[in-house]
Amino acid sequence: MIRLVYIIIGTAFLLLSSGIASGFERFPPPDFESGYEQPTPANPAPRRNIYEYVDTAVLLAALSLSSYLVLRTRSRRAILALCVFSLFYFGFWRKGCVCPIGAIQNIALSVFDRDYAVPLTVMLFFLLPLVFTLFFGRTFCAAVCPLGAIQDVVVLRPISVPEWLEGGLRLFAYVYLAAAVLFAATGSAFVICRYDPFISFFHLSGNFHLLILGGCFLLVGVFVGRPYCRFVCPYGVILRQLSRISKWKVAITPHQLSSSESSEPAPGRQRHSSGSIGAGCIKCRLCEDSCPFGAIRAPTADWPAHDYNRSKKRLAFLIILLPVLVFSSGWIGYALRPVTSRVHATVRLADRIYLEETGQAEETTDASSAFRGTGKDIQELYAEALDIQAGFGLGGWLAGGFVGLVLAGKLIAVSLQRRRTDYQADRAGCLACGRCFEYCPQEHAKRKLAKDNWFNHRER
Amino acid sequence: MMSGNKNDIDRRHFLRDSLWGACLAGLGAAAGALSRKSSAENTVWQIDPEICVACGNCATYCVLEESAVKCVHAYAMCGYCRICFGFSGPEPYDINEAAENQLCPTGAIKRTFVEDPYYEYTIDESLCMGCGKCVKGCNTFGNGALFLQVRHDRCLNCNECSIAAACPSGAFKRVPADKPYLLKRVDSVRNNTAGCKALRSRRFSNGVDSA
Repeated sequence: MIRLVYIIIGTAFLLLSSGIASGFERFPPPDFESGYEQPTPANPAPRRNIYEYVDTAVLLAALSLSSYLVLRTRSRRAILALCVFSLFYFGFWRKGCVCPIGAIQNIALSVFDRDYAVPLTVMLFFLLPLVFTLFFGRTFCAAVCPLGAIQDVVVLRPISVPEWLEGGLRLFAYVYLAAAVLFAATGSAFVICRYDPFISFFHLSGNFHLLILGGCFLLVGVFVGRPYCRFVCPYGVILRQLSRISKWKVAITPHQLSSSESSEPAPGRQRHSSGSIGAGCIKCRLCEDSCPFGAIRAPTADWPAHDYNRSKKRLAFLIILLPVLVFSSGWIGYALRPVTSRVHATVRLADRIYLEETGQAEETTDASSAFRGTGKDIQELYAEALDIQAGFGLGGWLAGGFVGLVLAGKLIAVSLQRRRTDYQADRAGCLACGRCFEYCPQEHAKRKLAKDNWFNHRER
Repeated sequence: MMSGNKNDIDRRHFLRDSLWGACLAGLGAAAGALSRKSSAENTVWQIDPEICVACGNCATYCVLEESAVKCVHAYAMCGYCRICFGFSGPEPYDINEAAENQLCPTGAIKRTFVEDPYYEYTIDESLCMGCGKCVKGCNTFGNGALFLQVRHDRCLNCNECSIAAACPSGAFKRVPADKPYLLKRVDSVRNNTAGCKALRSRRFSNGVDSA
């Protein structure tokens, strides 16, 4: 009987050897006589579109609330509560997809790929945090981003990272951004999503290596506050730049209370001397070490004259160096195209086929045998791969040039001296988490005053 | 000197404000440009069954522990064969439903007798893990009525599908969410009945009985 099966198989092979794997009606469907009816299996529909808009609405609400809590309420506890909510909603409930960080790639792909239309919700996820940052600073990072939230809740024993190391490590985020845009724009891969260290936690399953990576990030995050946000996050570096020029910013020292609020002291309570309330930073240094992200800048004096002259020369040198840096790192990006283009599946396939054709590789892979099964022309594949590689050449120039520009900008920035009279939150680096607020004695004075006013108001 | 400093600060503020305005305008322009190219409809991942080679990656690369990809049966294309290569593979010990004769590693295909000599094959999706062994069998020797599809009650719709990244044939596509399936249909099938009729008559006249 087994032999019969073999005979059938043999016949089938002989008869159909010219046929491509799928789509031949080798055995015509029967006409049933017993009144048998073909079942029609149900195809479950995907999540309804309306829920995507619900997500966008929740994002908008969370951003607004976060901005309000950071700038008006100034309550760390409320910010933390919103943070935990975002962790559960955007993280564990929505499984962290799509997030604004990953949306960079969808936007890049839709700019460069004619056929890819970015879904409206993804576009809103990308743009809303940018707009909010332009107005209110990085309130998205503070309490809305699930990746930030999962790291924020594990910051237990923060140590301070030296400024030079912080700046140096942050360069990786710029390189990551450039690479992510390059690979997304060429349609090769979404690397941000592929190497998202926390997505396995949100899915509660996933790639073992990524789980380890995520675990490492969280473990390091116990001591170094939010390592992903500070040194890796490609969206964070965009937000940094927008936060520098935001309309409102996080202030460690609370703003002065308006006169109507502070003019009426409660009966029986001593009136505070108005000079100490809202008079700005008193340089008590209490907040100095309160920031786990190293984003508090101490007051600085003018540079000594000899230092100043030396750094003036250095600045001139660096400005001349800028085009050199941009050009050389652009060239490196261009020269790396044989390596970078291998991220694209077609280039990898063409490489493999070439190896097989020239006899350097004996066995076929799944991809190469699938390609051979389609019967497409190999020369066409080579041409397509070369085309993609040329795209990577141009992309390499741009991505490399961008990294060079950032590097030069960084060097120039460390050679500039800003005069600060107060303790201030660094506009770019501040994640608006609100930890520093309650370190400020002025904040306590303000709260006391507000409480007094409230009593006063009630007793009247 | 003082007034010079003051002017300096004003200039800085002015520059910052104009940069701020430029950024806002830039974001607005970006939003406008993107919304012309954006679609109100979301996209979901799906396998093009005409390209799929049933390599087996779907079973292992999905971020879900139990893959979102399952085998789907296009009954209209099925030959209802007594000897099904999707069910039993090319080298069964016997022609029956015994476990050793089943190709499916989880026994997710149910074989039920309809009428002589036809058998119906149904997929138990709760058991199917999307390995595509049956799909390969059916495509190689049969009508190709079995094929793999992303089941959207399970799919998380990741921004980058892990299986798509590992797919050797590039069969994964983003499709509009209102048309989430790429199902095989009879009209998409090229007819090659002439030779098969002969084959079929041979198959059913050889008198082998099932258990």
